[in-house]
Amino acid sequence: MSLALKALKKSPWVFHVNTGACNNCDIEILDCLTPRFDVERFGVVLVGSIRHADVLLVSGPVTANVLPRLRRLYEAAPRPIKVVAFGACGCKCGIFRDGYNVVGPMDKYIPVDAYIPGCPPKPETIISGIVKVLSQL
Amino acid sequence: MVKKIPIGPFHPILEEPEFFELHVEGERVVKIDQTIGWSHRGIELLSEHKTWDQVPFLVERICGICSCSHPFAYVKAVEDLCQIEVPLRAQFIRVIAAELERLHSHLLWTGLAGHFLGYNTVFMWTWKFREPLLDVLEAVTGNRNHYAVMRPGGVRRDLPAEEIPNILKLLDRLEKENDLLTKAIVDDPVIHARTKGVGVFNKTMCRLYGALGPTARSAGYDIDARRDHPIDAYDKVSFKVILCEHGDVFDKAVVRQLENFESIKIIRQCLSLIADTKAGDICAEIREVPPGEGFGMYEAPRGEVFHYVRSNGGNMPIRHKVRAPSFNNILTNNVSVPGNTVADAGLITAAVDPCYSCTERVGVVDRRNGERRVLTEADIVRLSHERTDEIRRRLAAEAGRE
Ligand code: SF4
Repeated sequence: MSLALKALKKSPWVFHVNTGACNNCDIEILDCLTPRFDVERFGVVLVGSIRHADVLLVSGPVTANVLPRLRRLYEAAPRPIKVVAFGACGCKCGIFRDGYNVVGPMDKYIPVDAYIPGCPPKPETIISGIVKVLSQL
Repeated sequence: MVKKIPIGPFHPILEEPEFFELHVEGERVVKIDQTIGWSHRGIELLSEHKTWDQVPFLVERICGICSCSHPFAYVKAVEDLCQIEVPLRAQFIRVIAAELERLHSHLLWTGLAGHFLGYNTVFMWTWKFREPLLDVLEAVTGNRNHYAVMRPGGVRRDLPAEEIPNILKLLDRLEKENDLLTKAIVDDPVIHARTKGVGVFNKTMCRLYGALGPTARSAGYDIDARRDHPIDAYDKVSFKVILCEHGDVFDKAVVRQLENFESIKIIRQCLSLIADTKAGDICAEIREVPPGEGFGMYEAPRGEVFHYVRSNGGNMPIRHKVRAPSFNNILTNNVSVPGNTVADAGLITAAVDPCYSCTERVGVVDRRNGERRVLTEADIVRLSHERTDEIRRRLAAEAGRE
């Protein structure tokens, strides 16, 4: 294992995109960072720019308006990047599947490494998802 | 020279991610352009292909934080259409769930506002205080966030009697913690310097822009759908409508904090009244939905939500219209942001609604011409923190001189 990969495993930096989610997924992600669940102790940090990220976390059923942005984000990401589909919406568009402006799910457009199901996923599910992503590395 | 700074497009002020473009002269914002519609999912059309009973599951997913308010307004619309009376017990359960949601929503906002100001302790504390609330909601409704309690005619789940002491215990605890937070906000000189007189939105403007909820009440505009159009159990409980007068960021925070106390009061009254009702009597049966139209409204944590349904006698609505308060409230930024600095712009837009920071980490920025500075949300937060530090230092220096 290279040194960079080893370091990555210790502290994956996450960049989070909302592609038309209902906010609840986003709140549960934030919730994971706060004292009860506190994933920051595993080195998981949310970052402000895709260029700093190791993990691209996508919640929401991709809407037509954000699709070009999502593609651009994926292209701009440094490699290796792990893509995680978050929530029922991220995995399979959830309840919005038949919406006329919904073009998802996201795995039609960018390769996905892990799926975290739930509507919204409970923090416990999120943590187990993180562990799975890390063990793939 | 006027420069343009794009912010966004992802950061749902409420349901929608938004794209801001700040036109600045030096540090001062002269104009703000806003583009919305990034997360347009076509929910109204979707709902016209769902049965009356399925729609609540859809409308609670309009916005995760208001996931009790939208179904509440929707079921009231259907009940208005069918002209049916909801059992008393169901009315109380609805109000309890909705007020618990208001508490968690306001706490969430306070936390994020603290994060914006550079008070990350406030952020962590409020979210810690919020957790037991979510536990209670999970115990009562079965889920932490999307509760699915509402149903046309009543509620889906009864409130178990053994949960009532837990809720009461939670309320006692929350009351103390909310008191602590309120005092921390009201007494802190740095928060005063940072938020007083910032992003002012006055009463006449409220009328003009149709501002709703805490945004309007902070400017003294007396509007609250819970009192003005009492639905379900709201006419059986007593509570105050909190008003402030300045309409700045500070008042918006104070209104939300004081509303928490009112919510606690409402839930306590409901819990004592619910004891007299018959357990299990939670849903009136709707045999068929007649042709016609109905509307319902409810005061969500951010303002009044309005739902309109039209039926042709079938098992699905043929028209369903939703009006959410944030659409009006977002527009108030046009008035309250110009004249302030870039460091304050983030705070002011956040003061309208808590979700600003939810996706504030997203730094997708549109850079079409060379003149635009690229500023990600992280930069905005950093600027805001620097400003707070500066004020802190200045106040410390002044205190030293005296
Ligand atoms: S999965 Fe559920 S909670 Fe998450 S964005 Fe979709 S509807 Fe909202």
